[in-house]
Amino acid sequence: MSVQADMPVMRRSSRLSRTMLPYLLSLPALLVCIGILIPFGTAVYYSLQRYRMSQPWNRGMNWGENYLNFFTDPDFWNTLQVSLTYAGLTVVLELLLGLGIALLLQKRSRVNNFVSIMLLMPLMTAPALAALMFKLMTNSNFGILSYFMQLAGFQDFRWASSPDTALLTVILVDVWVYTPFIMILLLAGLRSLPTQPFEAAALDGVPRLEQFWRITLPMLSPYILTAALFRLLDSIQQFDIIYAMTQGGPGDKLMVFQVEAYLNFFQSTNVGRSAALLMILWAITYVLSNIFVKNWLRLRERARGEA
Amino acid sequence: MDHMSPLERILRAIALALVVLFFMFPIFWIVLMSLQTNETILRSPPSMAFVPTFKNYAAIIAGRLDSNVASMSIHFMGNLMNSVILSVGSVALALVLGVPAAYAFARHKFKGSEDIAFTLLSFRFAPPLLVLLPLTLYFQSLGLANTYVGLIWVYQLICLPLILWIVRGYFEDISPDIEHAYRIAGHGWFATFRKIALPLAGPGIAAAGLLAFIFAWNNFVFALVLASADKQPVTVGALAFVTASGIQYGQIAAAIVMSIAPTLLLALWAQKYLVEGLSLGAVKG
Repeated sequence: MSVQADMPVMRRSSRLSRTMLPYLLSLPALLVCIGILIPFGTAVYYSLQRYRMSQPWNRGMNWGENYLNFFTDPDFWNTLQVSLTYAGLTVVLELLLGLGIALLLQKRSRVNNFVSIMLLMPLMTAPALAALMFKLMTNSNFGILSYFMQLAGFQDFRWASSPDTALLTVILVDVWVYTPFIMILLLAGLRSLPTQPFEAAALDGVPRLEQFWRITLPMLSPYILTAALFRLLDSIQQFDIIYAMTQGGPGDKLMVFQVEAYLNFFQSTNVGRSAALLMILWAITYVLSNIFVKNWLRLRERARGEA
Repeated sequence: MDHMSPLERILRAIALALVVLFFMFPIFWIVLMSLQTNETILRSPPSMAFVPTFKNYAAIIAGRLDSNVASMSIHFMGNLMNSVILSVGSVALALVLGVPAAYAFARHKFKGSEDIAFTLLSFRFAPPLLVLLPLTLYFQSLGLANTYVGLIWVYQLICLPLILWIVRGYFEDISPDIEHAYRIAGHGWFATFRKIALPLAGPGIAAAGLLAFIFAWNNFVFALVLASADKQPVTVGALAFVTASGIQYGQIAAAIVMSIAPTLLLALWAQKYLVEGLSLGAVKG
């Protein structure tokens, strides 16, 4: 009947679809891909040029000179050092805090669920706006945090405006925003752990602290590694919090890669140097993201296998 | 193993209270500030005793900021509108582009599929300025500079990889047998996709869309580089507002509250989906 009449048509279209359909379906995503790869190629090209927007007559290829100059450029080493310090400190602090909180909330109860929902709030706050919130709270005239510091005996604690405490201030904002992310991932990890090893250990009278070191931590380590790598990738590129808080200042105290590249491009209009800086940052994130993706996929496979 | 000593119980409660205090206090305090006049904000020592006023919100909604010195017009509502247009537009486009592609990557292992998927994912991790700075120059010659279309296209940098990778995982979890059965019954692939695959992956698509919306809303750097004042979303607009209004702290706080409220309320409303998406698909259920 009508079904039979349709059959040959369907078969032909399905043969066609088997070869062409996946390409057709992913074509738009592919086009976006290409649209992004073009500016990326342009950035590589710029990084090999002597290119200042203020001196168009002077533009030309200088091949690796922008990169070679970095070796003797104290500003570059400062940028590298600040970026690594920022990334290292935020990730370590957020891991410790996130793991601690996840352990506190591990048992499912109404209070714990409520708290973990509350902790989503900072993570949902735009980092740039979080920086503005802390800017208001650390204002030297009326900031509540400045007032707390006064109570604690620090008379003139100037937060982001002092070179000594600027890094601490932006790290505080980063910790406030992103600790919940690590907490959520580790909490999900903790709750998915099998219960048998813990029951056996409890029967054997193994102390809780030892259970933590010998069972919880090793079993949780893939989750910890994934969370740490993910945060490290984001944190080494931090721009929003630092730019909104101090634009890299005071002085060059907070000149991380992206802030320095942004200012190079728009303020000193040194396109070549800006592009070379970003290429170095890209190389770092490329290595990190490859390790991350491998870990993440392995974790996902495992979670699938157990489900 | 659930026996806790009273001491441990108390310590846990204290720790939990400190955690809540640390993470909730900034939001609580900004909301309080937004309900105060500058006089009560500037009091020393700070105090929580004040008569709440909605004047700051009224000034922002009306677009006029009157101080005793002068009055100036502000366009923060325009920024809010831009945020809505950019976020909704980007997520809609990312869903239209990303869901079919995710389905293709999940169902058909075709030549180059893994490479394309990985390239797209790697955009999520590359420094955004690397692409944005050359784009400023291209956008000018293409006439895309400072347009919603241009911005929404760039927002795909964050939205598309997110949709693609989360939704792909959900499609992979659907057994192909169900789809085969439906197709043998005489339905075309599109009907199968629409009637079987899409509904089954629905929760995943919702989670990915929600997360993409929040990331788009919270994005700062794209619009900072590519948009002028009339197209800027709240994240960039708030920073400009701080510079422009100087010491109108109550209004600044109100502007921040209005900017973060949409994502926070969305998160409260759909926290279950969010947690699932945020766990990177590492953990199911």
